Amino acid sequence: MTIDTLRLTAEEAHNLLRSREISSAELHAAYVEAIDRHDPELHAFLDVVAEPNGDNVPIAYKDIISTAGIRTTAGSKILEHYVPVFDSTVAARCKARGFSVVGKTNLDEFAMGSSTENSAFGPTRNPWDPTRVPGGSGGGSAAAVAAGMAPWALGSDTGGSIKLPSAFCGNVGLRPTYGTVSRYGIVAFASSLDQVGPVAKTVRDCAYLYSVIAGRDPHDTTTVELPEPVAVPQDTDLTGLRIGLPKELNEIEGIEPGVKAAVRVALERAVALGASVEECELPLSVQYGLACYYLIAPAEASSNLARYDGVRYGHRAEAAGSLVELMERTRDEGFGDEPKRRIMLGTYALSAGYYDAFYGQAQKVRTVIKREHEALFERFDLIASPTCPTTAFPLGEKTADPLAMYLTDVLTIPANMAGLPSLSVPCGFSDGLPVGLQLIGPQFSENILFRAAHAVEQALDLDLVPERLK
Amino acid sequence: MITRDDVLHVAKLARLALTEEEIERFQVQLNAILEAVSKVSELDLADIPPTSHPLSLANVLADDEPAPSLTPEQVFANAPSVEDDAFRVPAS
Repeated sequence: MTIDTLRLTAEEAHNLLRSREISSAELHAAYVEAIDRHDPELHAFLDVVAEPNGDNVPIAYKDIISTAGIRTTAGSKILEHYVPVFDSTVAARCKARGFSVVGKTNLDEFAMGSSTENSAFGPTRNPWDPTRVPGGSGGGSAAAVAAGMAPWALGSDTGGSIKLPSAFCGNVGLRPTYGTVSRYGIVAFASSLDQVGPVAKTVRDCAYLYSVIAGRDPHDTTTVELPEPVAVPQDTDLTGLRIGLPKELNEIEGIEPGVKAAVRVALERAVALGASVEECELPLSVQYGLACYYLIAPAEASSNLARYDGVRYGHRAEAAGSLVELMERTRDEGFGDEPKRRIMLGTYALSAGYYDAFYGQAQKVRTVIKREHEALFERFDLIASPTCPTTAFPLGEKTADPLAMYLTDVLTIPANMAGLPSLSVPCGFSDGLPVGLQLIGPQFSENILFRAAHAVEQALDLDLVPERLK
Repeated sequence: MITRDDVLHVAKLARLALTEEEIERFQVQLNAILEAVSKVSELDLADIPPTSHPLSLANVLADDEPAPSLTPEQVFANAPSVEDDAFRVPAS
């Protein structure tokens, strides 16, 4: 049988395997063929694994997720030839289910970026319009799923790196509650924020993949056991669900009219299914969230990236004189612009004389953001907003202006600072490009997010195959 | 306001041998970014405790059980220079 990977969900693929209508080798080959067809244009993959390596559904991993024996670059020259000798916990859990790795996907270097243009190996393009970015940092995973080059994928989200690309490419992406998914074997960026999560075509696939990777891991002491099992959503009844619409998230300057309209229609569907929607406020979280993030994340990054010194693994500069020279030249050659900028910013924010004013103050703002969200969840089951004020923007539009690029994440960052789960689900189109609806819940409320997102997804019944690939 | 000397000082702390072009560009960009993030100082948060971690976990301990670790071959598999089971670096 021919396999239409553009439309096939992971659940459908699994059913085809179970009923023996196709073999796992045929399924793997179908995705590799799709990669051969679309990836020369889109560049979603940094490495492709041609040979089937599991008896279940294929999967792709953002190339920040360590895979034993498969190169893991984090999108950086400094790790260009690094081949992990161990699997990350998430990769090990997927391997235990028999998922067959089709490849490692492109990303902004060390997951620092919002467009995948910061990859040392060249940008990924958006399957809906290759003159536009797929979002970032996990643009490769999102483009791969949208273009049928993988049925689903794993990403990582620090400031919005799963949610934003999912919105720009028309996928469902979950950033889980901090601590529910192991970070063991994930190339570290900002450890108090980094979280691995699924990118999928449907909410059900997203929920299922989350159930595979979530749960306590002895290798990561920040992980916890889920308080309740993951419920893959089935029905679309939202009776009694209270949705808050923080006006700071929904009325921020620069929201595209088409984005606003798509979000409004999705919420009308939720109301028709029994939910209630009411305006509310997050007075300081949105106004100060971005500034808070761009102090804390670079500070943690400057510490995490200190390990790339040319001594134990990764790139080493040639013919350096002293050990310090070797380290300095290795790091200047190996890191691209954005990691350097963030290392500098973070080092400055942590340095003597500035620590209290910058890093210390940002940690207090983080408390304020956490409390504001907690207060809202006394009245609401979840809160909603666009995932991004705009749809996918043209390549090159923001590369010369780091601050303009940072602003792309203004709506995804506040929930991340508070450690909350949030999800982006497609809710319509603006000028032919996908729009994402962001749903945010209290800690460990993934099941509520899945239930609401599934209901909206079913009610909208969007065709999420890019026209130009049909 | 970040001066050229500040950029050089931070680059030294961060072990980055920046080029002349990078020094000039980062000075401009870091000033713009710092001006934007300085916004956090507008708030009076004297009574607010800091959040360093989103979950309130404390004293997570592992059982004191020996477990397999990486072999020397695995440890050196990605090393740029090795000598006698050690990472080789310049002497000074």
